[in-house]
Amino acid sequence: MDKINVGKHISGKFNEELEAVRNRVLSMGGLVEQQLQDALSAVEAFDEPLADKVLSSDHKVNALEVSIDEACVQIIAKRQPAASDLRLVIAILKTIADLERIGDEAERIAKVAKESFNNDQQQFLVSLENLGQQVLGMLHRVLDAFARMDLEAAYEVHQQDEQADRQYEALTRQLMTYMMEDPRAIPKIMNVLWSARSLERIGDRCQNIAEYIIFFVKGKDVRHVSAESIERTVKGKQGS
Amino acid sequence: MISVNPTNSSAEPLDLENLTQEQTTLEIKNLDLFYGEAQALHDISMKIPKNRVTAFIGPSGCGKSTLLRCINRMNDLVEICRIDGEILLHDKNIYERDVDVAALRRRIGMVFQRPNPFPKSIYENVVYGLRLQGVKDRRVLDEAVERSLKGAALWDEVKDRLNENAFSLSGGQQQRLVIARSIAIEPEVLLLDEPTSALDPISTLTIEELITELKEKYTVVIVTHNMQQAARVSDQTAFMYMGKLIEYADTNALFTTPAQKQTEDYITGRYG
Repeated sequence: MDKINVGKHISGKFNEELEAVRNRVLSMGGLVEQQLQDALSAVEAFDEPLADKVLSSDHKVNALEVSIDEACVQIIAKRQPAASDLRLVIAILKTIADLERIGDEAERIAKVAKESFNNDQQQFLVSLENLGQQVLGMLHRVLDAFARMDLEAAYEVHQQDEQADRQYEALTRQLMTYMMEDPRAIPKIMNVLWSARSLERIGDRCQNIAEYIIFFVKGKDVRHVSAESIERTVKGKQGS
Repeated sequence: MISVNPTNSSAEPLDLENLTQEQTTLEIKNLDLFYGEAQALHDISMKIPKNRVTAFIGPSGCGKSTLLRCINRMNDLVEICRIDGEILLHDKNIYERDVDVAALRRRIGMVFQRPNPFPKSIYENVVYGLRLQGVKDRRVLDEAVERSLKGAALWDEVKDRLNENAFSLSGGQQQRLVIARSIAIEPEVLLLDEPTSALDPISTLTIEELITELKEKYTVVIVTHNMQQAARVSDQTAFMYMGKLIEYADTNALFTTPAQKQTEDYITGRYG
């Protein structure tokens, strides 16, 4: 079955409404991705103005979430979408909620970074670079997959979350070792840990978005099911 | 398949391909229908389950009303109409020669698009079928009137004016009166041919509510142009296109994850 296919309704106005809301989701995704990238750069480069920029861009993301929500409510009320149209609207509503939370996590990372600059903790004790890049890559790919409703790409992102989880665990173990060695460093270490935790959560949210893409394409809810079941859904026939 | 709204009023999905005899009221088998040379129905096969609401949807001219009319042999009245195949009502082919059509239509009642009460009192409308059957006992008739009007959710509105002319009722009340008339003779199957298309939204909702109640006693088959209506009232939905049955499935599944592209295009309002 065609994947997005929003342009073929008999009602041209409905086409426009769906296309407009989809475009806004893509811009929201772009904004959030930029926020995360900036937050990570701010951490790595001790760049306070950049951290401020992340904090100040959050309201744009929030405003987009509200406006997309409203547009979806209008579509449901006026168009009574069915089948793939309905699944698209539902996938959009859920995706933007996760995107908004990703934005919040990026903001949190920027905040922690700013605090540590102010407290002369010049540097995080361990680098968040690897985990950060891993998660940023997931976000980039899942947004790409969303734009094209690409099932395979979504499934890949879904699987990558495991690597992010493992990196997070490794970081946690490393930081615990530091805490045991030097309890005075605990406040500093907690800051890093919070940020690592934020990144791990972002990975989970990218995984959620991948699940919504699978729901849109296949019509199956793959939350809270086994890995084998997801694989069967992704590789199985449409609608089966 | 998943159902996106598992809490709605429709029943658990059935395996429509493998219904048992007890679950099945009607079975349509390889039905072809011709108006003269033109073929209006192509090889339709489906089982219609008991005490459930089955909806036929599809664009104008797709054959859904024609198929509904086949179920109580309304097409017999069309001279150039020829039918091949079978429709079984509990294993008995209704198109066999020895079938008494009047008796068949007592078992399979029908309600049309425009309410068509007779120019008589409300009371006489309801008992019309019983009088034809020769029932004279006033008490039996009174009981039937109350039972049928209650069954059609009209009793409370008309109980004090049963002797008024049926035309004094509103369109929605007239349609419920016609339903009461159909159920007065206790049919097994109720065929509804676009029963709400001439009614306002509130009367429509009353009839829809009634349909959900009717299925407890009857097997209901409804033809509707209103897809949301099919989605709301039916347990399973058949999508027809150009005289063919394209997809027949559990309603929740058909409206969220249709298996056929033609169904998808139709219910989402796309060009075919």
